[in-house]
Order: sequence, then structure tokens, then C-alpha cells
Amino acid sequence: MVRERKIRVLIAKPGLDGHDRGAKVVARALRDAGMEVIYTGLRQTPEMIAQAALQEDVDVVGLSILSGAHMTLVPRVMDLLKQMGLEHVAVFVGGIIPDEDVPALRCLGVKGIYGPGTALSDIVQAIRQEVEGRE
Amino acid sequence: MDISRMDDLVAQALAGDRRAIARLISTVEQGGAEARQVLSRIYPHTGRAHIVGITGAPGTGKSTLVAELAKAYRKQNLSVGIVAVDPTSPFSGGAILGDRIRMRDLATDPNIFIRSMATRGSLGGLARATADAAHVLDAAGYAVILVETVGAGQSEVDIARMAHTTLVIQMPASGDEIQAIKAGILEIADIIVVNKADLPGADQAVAALEAMLDLNSGHTEWHHGRLFQIEGVLAGGDQVKHSWRPPVLKTCALRGEGIEELVQAIAAHLQYQRESGLHQQREHDRAAEQLQRILRYTLLEQLLERIPKHALQETVEHIVAREQDPYSAAEALIAQARLLS
Repeated sequence: MVRERKIRVLIAKPGLDGHDRGAKVVARALRDAGMEVIYTGLRQTPEMIAQAALQEDVDVVGLSILSGAHMTLVPRVMDLLKQMGLEHVAVFVGGIIPDEDVPALRCLGVKGIYGPGTALSDIVQAIRQEVEGRE
Repeated sequence: MDISRMDDLVAQALAGDRRAIARLISTVEQGGAEARQVLSRIYPHTGRAHIVGITGAPGTGKSTLVAELAKAYRKQNLSVGIVAVDPTSPFSGGAILGDRIRMRDLATDPNIFIRSMATRGSLGGLARATADAAHVLDAAGYAVILVETVGAGQSEVDIARMAHTTLVIQMPASGDEIQAIKAGILEIADIIVVNKADLPGADQAVAALEAMLDLNSGHTEWHHGRLFQIEGVLAGGDQVKHSWRPPVLKTCALRGEGIEELVQAIAAHLQYQRESGLHQQREHDRAAEQLQRILRYTLLEQLLERIPKHALQETVEHIVAREQDPYSAAEALIAQARLLS
């Protein structure tokens, strides 16, 4: 009867690119690290993502974006989360993000940005630190 | 969580606030004293929703069917709560909850609330707190609650204990007639759905299932936590009133075919239950079963609090070494805990 609190993570792919392998690999790694991963699939709008984050009461939202539209999509998601009172939800971004966009995303409050070649253990650790550090 | 914060959350959830509903579901999922306090606050507001269970083997199209049912109920202007259960990995304790993938059209409807749940070690096709999550949605005013089980095989029958109407989803070529007459999941069906009916073999599957129902010539009901066979086809008398032969329906959820008929069958089942008094009886059985489950869990929790950890470990060692049998060991521990109280 151990009541361990599970970390809940929403993994979403906003926008129109159809490359979800990275998102699936990350989802699998988080599962193997003992987290509950809500996987929403391709072509999610920011509204869908924010609603899912609300209903699923997640600690973390992971966005996978390879289309180049991150400077439009990420601010919109952050904005909606704020409007819904979900400021506490940590947002991580993965995919193809040019270096020059990283500071702007950080400024928006994105907690971590991960490109190709990131060790999965780094992502797991960053999420654990973010969620457990808060409690 | 302090009490006034909890009272606020409960009041907000009862008024339909989605953030509060989500928080409360997390709280009941977590279990423990806080969960009990939340559930005792919302219980007076439950009992209004029609709870429909959807179960069946993995890959039969449960999530897609749930999405189509939700759309059909929205057309009738009914609000819909969905609880979708997926398995927890027994190795890592983590889970991938993927039922939302098939429900993307529903994601932004303000009158639909979807919650994914991991089994967290529960067997039987549901999570321990699935019924509690449904209670929260019921109290928040959702008219229909669709509960999707994990991909179930032949013995995950817990859903029949919590749902008013249970749909068992099959697909063509999912086994021969012997599969259809085995005990288990088919026996809990109030409605049998052959999904993916566009695939070859759909009519044969329906025929095999109908033949199975002919053999049964009756239907099973939960009573005091056990399945009982209720006499079916009798000439005249009260018995006939109490018989419900599960209809076998064909759907193709991906194309939205057969959904209207399924919604009608679900409504007919609810009406049948109300008119036959079965609804009342099932509520009664459900309450009795739930009370027993809570008693068992609470007693065990209280007992374990009183037994020192080292005593428990020592006893386990004795049992492994065959110095003591587990039955007398359990009795000794209970006696010891009583002395300590």
C-alpha cells in the first residue's frame, strides 16, 4: 500500500509534420522511467494540447516539433496553459530547434529544449528534477 | 490539501469546473485519507449518470467506438465523460496511455471530459480508482460516462460490477465457436458488438455469437458479487420480464456505421433495467460489493499499521524456511495486532 505519486506527462505533436518517431521514443523512455505518459498522436492544435493537459492533470507537457513552426506553436500553447490556470505545468520542447531560437523559447518559460542526439536519460532526469523539486 | 481547499475544489467540480474535476480525479486516484474525504463529499451528488462500460480484446477498436459513441451522445445534447484505462508496465511502473489518439475530434468539446488512467497494478481490466473517477464525473453532471477497459481477454470482468450497461467488443475472425462458448468476458455482455464489420467473416462471427446465446438461453447477472444465471426463455410468467438477451450488433466505428443502432440498444437496455427492477437490484449489489471492498481494504490497512515491519519480515522468513505455515502465521499476526490495540 505504498502511495507513490506518479509523474504524469503529456506528449503531443502540434502542427502538421508527420514524423512521430522521436515523440514515441521519448514516450517509451519516460514509461520505462516509471512515468505515466499520455500520448495524443499527430497533428494536435494548441487548443487540443492545452485541453488535454487540463483534463489529464499532468505535471509536464512535452512538445515534439520538426516543422519549423515552433515560434508560433510554443507561445500559443504556453498562452493557453496560462489562461487555464496551468502555470505550474512544465513545458519541454524536442525536435529540430535552431540554436538562435533557444533563448526566445527559454524566455517564454520552456524548461528544456532537446535536439537530435540528446541522451534519453538527460530528459528523464530533467523532468524528475523539475517535478520533484517543486514539491 | 487542507479542508477548506478541498471544500472549494469539490464545490467547483460540482459546478462543472474542469480544472477542479481533473484535480479531484488525481486525488481519488492517489488513494488514502484525502481520497476518502473527497469521495464522501461527492457521493451524495452521484447516481444520476448512465455508466456504459466498453470492453474487449486489444485492437478490436474500443477507443474508436468510444469516440463515435461520444459524438452520437453529443448530437443528443448530452454531456459525456470518458475514463479510458490502459495497462501499467509491471516492470517500470510506468505506462503509455494512448486512448486519446483515437479521440482527437473530441479534444476541444467543452461538454466532453476525457481522462486516461493507468491500471497501477490492478488486474481485472480497470484501475482501483476507475469507479471513483466515474463518481467524480457523475457528480460534476456528465450525463453519460463511457468507461473503456484495458484490452481484455477472457477474465477481466470487473467492468460489469461498475457499469449499468456493458458492451463487449469483438471483431471478425477473432476465434471459432469454442471461443464464443467459453466462460468469461462474453457472459458479462449486455450488448455484444462485432466491430470492424467491413472485414470478411463478420456475418459468421455474428452467427457464432447468436448460436452461443441460444445455448445460454438465459443471461447472467451480478448478485452479491457473484455471477448468477437468470432463466431466459420461459413461456409466460414473471421470468420473461427478467430476461434480456444481449443483442449482437455490427459496427464499423472507423466509418461511423452502426453507431445509431448501438446508441438505441444502449437506451433500450437502460429502459429494460428500469422497468424490470434490475436497475435497483444492480445498484443494491454494487453498493454491497463496494462496501465489502472498502472494508477489506481499510481493515488490512489498519492491521498493517499495527504490525511492526520487522515482525512481518520475520514471519515471511519463517514461512520460507517452512518453520511456519502461512495460515497460522496470519492468524498469529492478527491476534498480535489485536493485543496491541
